[in-house]
Amino acid sequence: MHDDLNWAIGGEAGDGIDSTGKVFAQALSRAGRHVFTSKDFASRIRGGYTAYKVRTSVDKVQSVVDRLDVLIALTERTVEENLDELHEGSVIIYDGERTEFSGFEVPEGMVGLDIPLKSLAEDAGGALMRNVVALGAVCEVAEFPIENLDESLRKRFGSKGEKIVENNKEAARLGADYVDEHYADDVGTLDYELETTDNDYVLLNGDEAIGMGAIAAGCKFYSGYPITPATDVMTYLKGRIEEFGGHVVQAEDELSAINMALGAARAGARSMTATSGPGIDLMSETFGLVATSETPLVIADVMRSGPSTGMPTKQEQGDLNMLLYGGHGEIPRFVVAPTTVADCFHKTVEAFNLAEKYQTPVYIAADLSMAVTEETFAPEEFDMDAVEIDRGKVVDEDEISKWQNEKDQFKPHAVTADGVSPRAFPGTEGGVHMSTGLEHDDLGRRTEDTDERIEQVDKRNRKVETAREEEDWSPVEYGDSDADTLVISWGSNEGALVEALDFLEEDGVDVRVLSVPYIFPRPDLSTAVEDAETTIVVECNATGQFADVIEKDVLERVDRINKYNGVRFKADELANDIKEVLA
Amino acid sequence: MSSDVRFTDFKSDKQPTWCPGCGDFGTMNGIMKGLAETGNSPDDTFVVAGIGCSGKIGTYLRSYALHGVHGRALPVGTGVKIANPDIEVVVAGGDGDGYSIGAGHFIHAVRRNIDITYVVMDNRIYGLTKGQASPTSREDFETATTPEGPKQPPVNPLALALSAGGSFIAQSFSSNALRHQEIVQKAIEHDGFSLVNTFSPCVTFNDVDTYDYFRDSIVDLDETEHDPTDRDAAKEKILDSEKEYIGVLWEDEDAVDYNTAHGVEGNMADIDESGAPEGATDLVREFY
Repeated sequence: MHDDLNWAIGGEAGDGIDSTGKVFAQALSRAGRHVFTSKDFASRIRGGYTAYKVRTSVDKVQSVVDRLDVLIALTERTVEENLDELHEGSVIIYDGERTEFSGFEVPEGMVGLDIPLKSLAEDAGGALMRNVVALGAVCEVAEFPIENLDESLRKRFGSKGEKIVENNKEAARLGADYVDEHYADDVGTLDYELETTDNDYVLLNGDEAIGMGAIAAGCKFYSGYPITPATDVMTYLKGRIEEFGGHVVQAEDELSAINMALGAARAGARSMTATSGPGIDLMSETFGLVATSETPLVIADVMRSGPSTGMPTKQEQGDLNMLLYGGHGEIPRFVVAPTTVADCFHKTVEAFNLAEKYQTPVYIAADLSMAVTEETFAPEEFDMDAVEIDRGKVVDEDEISKWQNEKDQFKPHAVTADGVSPRAFPGTEGGVHMSTGLEHDDLGRRTEDTDERIEQVDKRNRKVETAREEEDWSPVEYGDSDADTLVISWGSNEGALVEALDFLEEDGVDVRVLSVPYIFPRPDLSTAVEDAETTIVVECNATGQFADVIEKDVLERVDRINKYNGVRFKADELANDIKEVLA
Repeated sequence: MSSDVRFTDFKSDKQPTWCPGCGDFGTMNGIMKGLAETGNSPDDTFVVAGIGCSGKIGTYLRSYALHGVHGRALPVGTGVKIANPDIEVVVAGGDGDGYSIGAGHFIHAVRRNIDITYVVMDNRIYGLTKGQASPTSREDFETATTPEGPKQPPVNPLALALSAGGSFIAQSFSSNALRHQEIVQKAIEHDGFSLVNTFSPCVTFNDVDTYDYFRDSIVDLDETEHDPTDRDAAKEKILDSEKEYIGVLWEDEDAVDYNTAHGVEGNMADIDESGAPEGATDLVREFY
């Protein structure tokens, strides 16, 4: 009996692929099953191939695999696009009544379920529900009671009225009945049975987790400009952050977005923007101003394939060098890199604390794969009670005199041992000061004095040293800690790598995995690299940007696995890649 | 806001490095007096500037201030105003900063009707880079980079503001100290985005748009029958390229400013430092 299922619905953009996929993913999650979704989409509104994939198991799933068990093909192209992942015994659900399927032949060894999706949908009340008919069919194939769809159908269609919800439930039932009536023998031999559990799961993607983390951290101001795949952060916050006294502005461009966020931060708000690579380019000039004016700001870069406009809807981790080194001059900054959807929440909370404690910009290096991937988690993973807020050295009117010079002028860039100066928000009596992108003295006023220049540069850089000592930058470890092979990863590759361990274990290959969620400052990996016979750095870019950084740190060559075709790592594929390096 | 504020409270102890006779002195004095007269204090005021001669204002005018990057002062001011609506926000810019590199932000700040006062020190030239044509330079204004003149019409900032739905559009001349102060005051008092395009002559590089030129050619709207609440009359004057009007050309007293329209109130600097805000747990529930 199979409990794991890799399922997809594919067709043209505009066919309702996403919402159908989401309904099924939510139904599985609500039924206490683990879910991991991924999307193949093109950068266009209508037309073009698009697919929503769902992997589900009662056990934790945290990556995609090179396998597709059940496919709802709304177009014949959907079958072609997924032929590599389909296997003997895979089920293809299609509507043979559609003209484009005339002459369609089910690939050999696969189970074709020709279902009149549109006609059945019309019987249930409208042709639009053909995807739901197909979902009902999938439930029958996978022995997953269709009642499990009820709540997610209600969530999806409830706003349109009870009648529509009932019609959809009926559509699902017609789909299931059709399979039972015509294909009971075919699907019976597949022996699927998706078990339900009492587990209590939530299903969300990385962009949503970043948005939720921002609210949890007390972020009140968000300004952004729509860009794939970061837009969902703004979509999430809009309509929610207001309930917590915050506000979202859709700015006229990324330059405006970061400058608005900077203004709000100067006014004392926890403030953030999110964008993708091209937006980071545009923000770079102001990024320097943020750093030199010592303004706390959180900037999420949800990476996609570059350079230039690259492949906007495809995965890549190609912006690392820019996040580490971008901007003219030398800029103290932090770069945190969440490794899972849930980690997007935690790292965002942390980013706000780092930003305010050290009065620096903090980059969140997220990527498309985690941003658009929905994953199930126990709700405790988003523990609001565990959220801590550290606003750093904010001074009020009572303490202000400690930070004034003999002329009662406030020193926003006072030179301190830890590199961190006091902050006074506008409205604070006695805290009046200016800030500037020009090199300045401790009062914030322009200077070209050579000693003051060195003092201020050292002071700003000292914050990073303080943070290195005060914060925990440890990587997360998986696998066999005594293994000769060390695999280092950052960002969303963690899930695939963790699952790859199982495949490797089957082949007797022991691996130690370090998943690094902090790029700058980062953990000291030198001992781990020295202890290993082989070190492999896994990342979704062509040149091995993180591998370069590690080599510089450890003064040792490391091996690399790079993937840059626009698709995230798959667990089984990654296991093979690792074996190849070791061979 | 304290009532015993004097305009000298807005003066820093830094001596301006503007050229002697620069129009920016008068423009800045008008801002300081306007702020003091409207009852603001340096503690409750935020001044933002971009790059260029105008950008230096934050050093000489004493208030909370940010001297930002070229052309982006308005977005910074917008962020400050949304995050704390109680703060009086004044943005100072130059014609290059505001109408060239920052033109996009200008249009959008106008249409957003964010309650900030935008004073543009318009000297119709790039001064700090030593005398190139600016977006408000005349078509035949000869400079090293435009030896035969820009050969393109100057930007009309007032027309841009009007077409973008501006709710307060004024023009001023830095040399007319009292009149300038009065116009800035009205701009500060206006609830919404206020543009005060201020003729602020560059005595070093612009020998065309000089004090004498403006003195001879400006028409003060207070000496005419102009009604600033008459949009058509404002339009006519704004599009009149023959005259240099000063005064309030247009004020829409019914316009609703951004924060009011969006229900933004309260100081966003105030957050619960004990942990996630109350009700945050409900956010997780949404994902069931």
